[in-house]
Amino acid sequence: MAQFVFENDMHSLLKLDMPITNAPMARWQRKSASTNTSVLSPSKSMNRSLSKSKTPNKTPGKNGKLQCTPSKVGGDRYIPSRNNKQMDVASFLLSKDNEPADPNASTEMQKAWSVNLNGYDVEEAKILHLGGKPLNAPEGYQNNLRVLYSQVTTPVSMKKSRYISTVPDRILDAPDLRNDFYLNLLDWSSQNLLAVALHNSVYLWDASQGDITLLMKMEQEQDYICSVSWIKEGNYLAIGTSDGKVQLWDVEKQKRLRSMASHTARVCSLSWNNHILSSGSRSGHIHHHDVRMPDHHIFTLTGHSQEVCGLKWSPDGKYLASGGNDNLVYVWPGVTEGGNQGAINCFTSHQGAVKALAWCPWQHNILASGGGTSDRHIRIWNTHTGTCTNSLDTQSQISSLVFAPNHKELVSGHGFACDGLVIWKYPSMTKVAEFLGHEARVLNLALSPDCSTVASVAADETVRLWKCFELDPLTKKAKEKMAKSTNSIIHQGIR
Amino acid sequence: MSSTLKGITLKGSAELVAEFFSFGINSILYQRGIYPPETFTRVTQYDMSLYLTVDPELKTYLSNVVTQLKGWLFDCTVQKLVLVITCLETSEVLERWQFDIECDKTVQGSSGPREKSIKAIQEEIRSVIRQITATVTFLPLLETACSFDLLIYTDKDQVVPEKWEESGPKMIADSEEVRLRSFTTTIHKVSSMVAYKRTDCV
Repeated sequence: MAQFVFENDMHSLLKLDMPITNAPMARWQRKSASTNTSVLSPSKSMNRSLSKSKTPNKTPGKNGKLQCTPSKVGGDRYIPSRNNKQMDVASFLLSKDNEPADPNASTEMQKAWSVNLNGYDVEEAKILHLGGKPLNAPEGYQNNLRVLYSQVTTPVSMKKSRYISTVPDRILDAPDLRNDFYLNLLDWSSQNLLAVALHNSVYLWDASQGDITLLMKMEQEQDYICSVSWIKEGNYLAIGTSDGKVQLWDVEKQKRLRSMASHTARVCSLSWNNHILSSGSRSGHIHHHDVRMPDHHIFTLTGHSQEVCGLKWSPDGKYLASGGNDNLVYVWPGVTEGGNQGAINCFTSHQGAVKALAWCPWQHNILASGGGTSDRHIRIWNTHTGTCTNSLDTQSQISSLVFAPNHKELVSGHGFACDGLVIWKYPSMTKVAEFLGHEARVLNLALSPDCSTVASVAADETVRLWKCFELDPLTKKAKEKMAKSTNSIIHQGIR
Repeated sequence: MSSTLKGITLKGSAELVAEFFSFGINSILYQRGIYPPETFTRVTQYDMSLYLTVDPELKTYLSNVVTQLKGWLFDCTVQKLVLVITCLETSEVLERWQFDIECDKTVQGSSGPREKSIKAIQEEIRSVIRQITATVTFLPLLETACSFDLLIYTDKDQVVPEKWEESGPKMIADSEEVRLRSFTTTIHKVSSMVAYKRTDCV
């Protein structure tokens, strides 16, 4: 036990809040010792809130010493505290007597008002509290619970897992849609126009107004449209056709601006990077077109041996991902002046055609790819290191992938055997929801400009809109404040 | 505790409830960090270890309130006990613990003790106090120095004793409310809830 005695002694020595025994008394102590008799105790008639609760302490003549002491309660100056007093009630009561009571006001209304305002029924109860000096913690005491509890989330007001409706928000008819896995016939512009290519015509559906416009129809009967892609601003639409040409249309004027021929086979994938339009064709070649120049074809990327069905530029415009029927995924660097344009990465893990490609908008260098019927896997790649960070077997053909930034999720569109859409939480890749409304395989997905809705087109000749990424109002407001609009170079003129 | 072995009388019930409040208020003051934890000591009560303050002023204040409360519980004139936590600088109410008390008035005139075992009542009290401790996980942190006040809602015609004053309800403007458990002694029923200022965190 001796060590405890020692420990206790040490503790009592180190404790600094024991009373000081061998120093002269502090000024305030001397004062209170000498003025004890003259302090008035709080008066008994304290029922009305108008009376003051404190009475000033009379200070005796100075003691001669000129030390400064902090003014504690009962010290030199009287500082009234009005916090406890109901000043508004008091002033109302004072002024009320001058006005005659209103005979017309019904007592029930008054009672309801008074319950609401006071928080309780004034007739039934009254609230009392023990008056006197406020009991506060010693000065300088900091609440150090922060050390224990670092998270300040309140589960009561926290949003529970959101309600995702399993029925589509809207269903649009898409008759004559070509049921071809390799085509990309759906795209949603930043101006909220949904472009759908039905056989040899392109229709635009205005998502905000709901009306449909026929943009163009191909001249030759045997030709058909293979891909559509909106430019970032949403005023120009690129259309790839079966005769190997890429057409550029001005949507506001409903006029074709140019028709670019460079491919030898059908153009089934398109992707924009500011003013560069990349097109992938059945020949396995990818062409870069600078749409501002008359000599538009500026570069060719060779690598794929079969149809290039998936083509996506990364959001920062630095990399181009391409997926082909040869089961390969290539990552190409951005277009530079001259220089070697060899592929940075070549991913061979897929066992089926890679049409589904998506870059993660909130994380750099993350690419998601999905394989066709023979593969059925979603793979997440880090293009910086060239490794596959995650791989998931979805049990069905994957035709399209889209990242949904609102809740950090990945949506996949499936063909055989699922025929629907699946939402996965990223990066954990846990299934969040499944939509099985389509009656045939899903061919393409497109995300709305406000990221709240995903549109899917399927072989059952319908376009279904699924509103599953609604933001709650708080986050929506925060996002709107942060939103900046970026313009691409294209605004500076395209003839 | 001083109730009879079988059954609860009005006096016994008043004592039980007052004792609960004394421990409950101390627990809240400790858990929410209104006073430094060094000023609390541990005691065993209701088969668990609880904290009681050793600060002499605070002890006197609390014992005054609890004694008065016991008297009012015996008269069945008290309706609520509210512990209000306010920020010292801005005088804004940050938290409000409200305990509603329902008193069965029929027991005043009539017969002998009610049937309920002390153990059962203690069990219930224990779960309420455990819940109070658990609320710390979701209540927002009290960053600024705070003061507390105890308000008692009594009947309109209650005589106001010495040193007590009338006060407003001190409600919180934009509040989240959480209902906690309740316990009953068959004569008094106490239900608890805590309201706190909603913090705008995403």
